[in-house]
Amino acid sequence: MKKSSELTKNEKFKLINEGDNFDKEVEKIFCCDLLSIAMGRAPAGSAWVTVMANINTFAVATLADVSCVIIAEGMDIDEVTLEKAKEKGITLFSTEEPVYEAALLAKETFEL
Amino acid sequence: MSERDAIVFKYTVSDDDFTRAGEASSDVKRKLKQMNVSPEVIRKVSIAMYEGEINMVIHADGGEITVTLTPEEIIMELKDKGPGIADIEKAMQAGYSTAPENVRSLGFGAGMGLPNMKKYSDDMSIDTVIGVGTTVTMKVKMI
Repeated sequence: MKKSSELTKNEKFKLINEGDNFDKEVEKIFCCDLLSIAMGRAPAGSAWVTVMANINTFAVATLADVSCVIIAEGMDIDEVTLEKAKEKGITLFSTEEPVYEAALLAKETFEL
Repeated sequence: MSERDAIVFKYTVSDDDFTRAGEASSDVKRKLKQMNVSPEVIRKVSIAMYEGEINMVIHADGGEITVTLTPEEIIMELKDKGPGIADIEKAMQAGYSTAPENVRSLGFGAGMGLPNMKKYSDDMSIDTVIGVGTTVTMKVKMI
């Protein structure tokens, strides 16, 4: 199984924050923008692809124990949001790719 | 079980503050980890309590949360002085939501809060009085 850090090898993904879970293995890819759904359904150890870049995204990511968060569509991640990711020690990537393509690329990279 | 076997944590959830929502759940998660509670139990408690915390921010101007740990179970009591839940049966339906638009744009208000809370707790009860407030009690069994 590949670690979150593996994604740095793919130039389509930009590392925004190296979190405490940088070396955590990625077991699955999960896509969802509704936080209430992600909260209940994001598998622990997944790479979560979403366009929802707000502080609550990272509260959910922490509580659901995901391995990393991938913000798709080049969505803007503001300072406050980034601070939250740092504070929570979340590994965060961004990509210009849409959610589906980002998930496919991540799947290939993590060899899932 | 005797009283002294129980450990109690208390939290105040602030009014309409989405930047802080989840802090109580995160703190409980951290503490349970330190106490070597099983990851599965931690995940259930975290999800159930976070949903409850968000509900308190969205619907009830915040409130108080008491988390009690006993050797057998973790009990979360979420107490608010909000408007009360008019139709619990409807509120329990996945997809039903009375959350305002600004909350939906943050990724909440999908009508999954109470259903998730029920799903991730082993026992849940709701005590609500219109115009007075709601107390949700959730229990998760230790493994």
